[in-house]
Amino acid sequence: MMRRHIFYVLVENRSGVLARVAGLFSARGFNIESLTVGETDSPRISRMTIVVPGDDKILDQVRKQLGKLIDVHDVRDFSMETHDIVNRELVLCKVNAEPSQRGDIVEIANIFRARIADVSPQSMIVEATGSENKIAGLLKLLAPYGIIEVARSGRVAMARGNNESIQNARAVA
Amino acid sequence: MANESATKMKPKAKKKKENGKPGVDKRGAEIVIDALEQEGVEVVFGYPGGAIIDVFDLINQSDKFQFILTRHEQGAIHMAEGYARATGKVGVVLVTSGPGATNTVTGLADAMMDSTPVVVISGQVPTALIGNDAFQEADVVGITRSVTKHNYLVKTLEELPILLKNTFHIARSGRQGPVVIDIPKDIQKHTLVNYAYPDKPELPGYHIQMHAPLEKVEQAWKLIHSAKRPLIYAGGGVINADAADELFLFATKANIPVTTTLMGLGAFPETHPLSLLMLGMHGTVYANKAVQNCDVLIAVGSRFDDRVTGKLEEFAPHAKIIHMDIDPSSISKNVKVDVDLVGDVKCILRDLNPFVERCDTEAWLPQLDEWKRQYPLRFVLPDNDLILPQHLIQLIDELADDNAIITSEVGQHQMWAAQYYTFTRPRTWITSGGLGTMGFGFPAALGAQRAFPGRQVINVAGDGSIQMNIQELATAMYYNLPVKNIISNNGWLGMVRQWQDMFYGKNYSATNLTLPARGAALSDASASDWMNAEYLPNFAKLAEAYGCWGRKVTKRGELKDAIRECLAGDQPALLDVWVAREENVYPMVPAGASLNQMIEGMA
Ligand SMILES: Cc1cc2nc3c(=O)[nH]c(=O)nc-3n(C[C@H](O)[C@H](O)[C@H](O)COP(=O)(O)OP(=O)(O)OC[C@H]3O[C@@H](n4cnc5c(N)ncnc54)[C@H](O)[C@@H]3O)c2cc1C
Ligand SMILES: Cc1ncc(C[n+]2csc(CCOP(=O)(O)OP(=O)(O)O)c2C)c(N)n1
Repeated sequence: MMRRHIFYVLVENRSGVLARVAGLFSARGFNIESLTVGETDSPRISRMTIVVPGDDKILDQVRKQLGKLIDVHDVRDFSMETHDIVNRELVLCKVNAEPSQRGDIVEIANIFRARIADVSPQSMIVEATGSENKIAGLLKLLAPYGIIEVARSGRVAMARGNNESIQNARAVA
Repeated sequence: MANESATKMKPKAKKKKENGKPGVDKRGAEIVIDALEQEGVEVVFGYPGGAIIDVFDLINQSDKFQFILTRHEQGAIHMAEGYARATGKVGVVLVTSGPGATNTVTGLADAMMDSTPVVVISGQVPTALIGNDAFQEADVVGITRSVTKHNYLVKTLEELPILLKNTFHIARSGRQGPVVIDIPKDIQKHTLVNYAYPDKPELPGYHIQMHAPLEKVEQAWKLIHSAKRPLIYAGGGVINADAADELFLFATKANIPVTTTLMGLGAFPETHPLSLLMLGMHGTVYANKAVQNCDVLIAVGSRFDDRVTGKLEEFAPHAKIIHMDIDPSSISKNVKVDVDLVGDVKCILRDLNPFVERCDTEAWLPQLDEWKRQYPLRFVLPDNDLILPQHLIQLIDELADDNAIITSEVGQHQMWAAQYYTFTRPRTWITSGGLGTMGFGFPAALGAQRAFPGRQVINVAGDGSIQMNIQELATAMYYNLPVKNIISNNGWLGMVRQWQDMFYGKNYSATNLTLPARGAALSDASASDWMNAEYLPNFAKLAEAYGCWGRKVTKRGELKDAIRECLAGDQPALLDVWVAREENVYPMVPAGASLNQMIEGMA
């Protein structure tokens, strides 16, 4: 059965690590739906959030193969469907906006708790953070105005509560 | 491991040894030499060049290790692999940047597939030039990333000692494999003050589980004990783990038959009544029948390769599967496993053996014996004087020393060696299994010979494969490494010709190695035509050009003497044996077919 898992991966903050992780996926023909990387509270450790679609066998191999990489300190993964995870993405959307349409667009943005990041004579940039559904909903409502450009950050995620946390501190001094 | 290393992450704090002894000042190149000595390296194979010349400048000053200059970097890495497979120690290679490093790529891929512990130290252009398309620059970490267990580009002199330590540790621990460390030339030249070689690696993300949980071991034993038709399927992991004794105890105490993979040959003595020899594509009929009929299959350090399983959906259809493997990613990769035992097979078998009692295999073993009688490995000698390649291997088996090490190239001769040579001990069979690298056998034999100067080392070769690293005859002569090459010469790229024969309507495209004018008429393989054919090169004369003993033999009546002469004495030798041209390897499971669909060959 096809499912989607969100992997968080703590990796050594060395050059080449991203290539190693990405190479693992391409070499084995696994898909990546979204991948983000950022520093953690420790400068030696980065955190990747990777959304991977696949059946149980593929997800199992992804987990094991990631765990095998020497630069990977820890891997956790959660089913997007069943786990209680906070899952966020940032999106910037440039949309056609004649002066007369600005009010409507601001209203839409407000409903989604999005911000207006820029206003130009013919367009606006709407900035939103949220779950996949929220972003999809926003884009759907903006579409009729004519979307010029969309940039998405890729997802970052975290499980609720303490039990499932990766302790960054455990791996570093 | 994570906790333990928590305090050791700061490279600055590394300047003193843990015991407080102050370090000394050393240049990067000296640190490389020191690391080799500290890691207990006794031989290094390699080839020099500008980007590694600083290390080469010191290479002959060490009395702890010998340097062996090969004639090609591919030769060097296969020698290191042969050395590693014969000893269990890390094989070490030293090469220059660019082409020197890229010439090791095939060997790295080979070592990766066959879990062979190898370290390649390569020179790199100076740090300031990296990324500039400098002379002899290649992105070595990029190129080798997918064919190494891990690799490093050293960025600063300060991190050189710990990365060398990590390199060796990663290569030899857990599932062993190749590691590359790429060292820019300026780092080799500069001096590190207060240097000391680290005692421990710093690898917070690297964890190895040696023992499987005891409940799982017990669970596995319960399943084995309840079986009526259990089967052990042992692989290269038993050799890696040096666990042949533990395997022997397990199998004989429980009275369970054993089949081995190509990589596992020697893990269990083929002279023992419980042995079913090799399974898989060219395995015995009875081993494959055992797989298809067993009710519990115990995989011990083997990885369900497609050459073993055939069609996955029909593999071992009646069996519950127990899998012992140190690499969690091997578990349930191809075949769904019922009991997984992740750990080192030596540790796991030691934990398991105290539970083991004799199993109820009274009905199963006679059935297997019956299949052995019904479907033996066999060939029929022709009534002329032609030499059959299978017979050649049987004679080598008969005439070789008991503790001889056999290496092979890749092709039909490799399969016949696997089938007809009787392997009784681990580390006496060194072949390229996973990658199937033609050109592996001869240099691997040289590496094994360097490890064991007193033992007989025989490379079973094909006329195609041997030409891929024939230049190493010079290395053999130079260092007097008395490897015996025996070429099963059929004038074809035989294994490919066999596939063309069986599956491509005998369209022998690009597989005939005899001279076209005469080779073309040879497809019917009339014995006398072939024996008079022209073949390039004349191997015996080529050997002589290197100062090496060489002889050609074409008649069965002369074969035994020729082998004796080749094996005698303490010098390198090459015997060119002209065999029947169009023998095929049987039995055979066609690629992708189920193990039930064996083609037996001769009617
Ligand atoms: C022309 C040709 C024909 C071939 N035909 C056949 C054939 O008929 N039959 C056949 O068997 N092979 C055949 N092969 C070889 C085949 O391609 C594979 O290389 C081979 O089957 C793999 O052997 P293995 O399963 O023992 O695994 P290996 O490649 O030896 O892997 C060892 C396994 O053990 C694990 N391991 C390593 N160290 C340890 C340890 N310390 N503790 C626990 N586990 C460990 C590893 O993680 C791995 O899963 C052929 C190859 C060629 C080139
Ligand atoms: C480097 C490399 N190239 C190509 C192949 C594909 N291949 C497999 S077996 C074989 C023929 C080997 O011929 P030879 O060494 O003469 O042995 P034979 O099969 O005749 O015994 C070839 C070309 C390979 N395994 N390795």
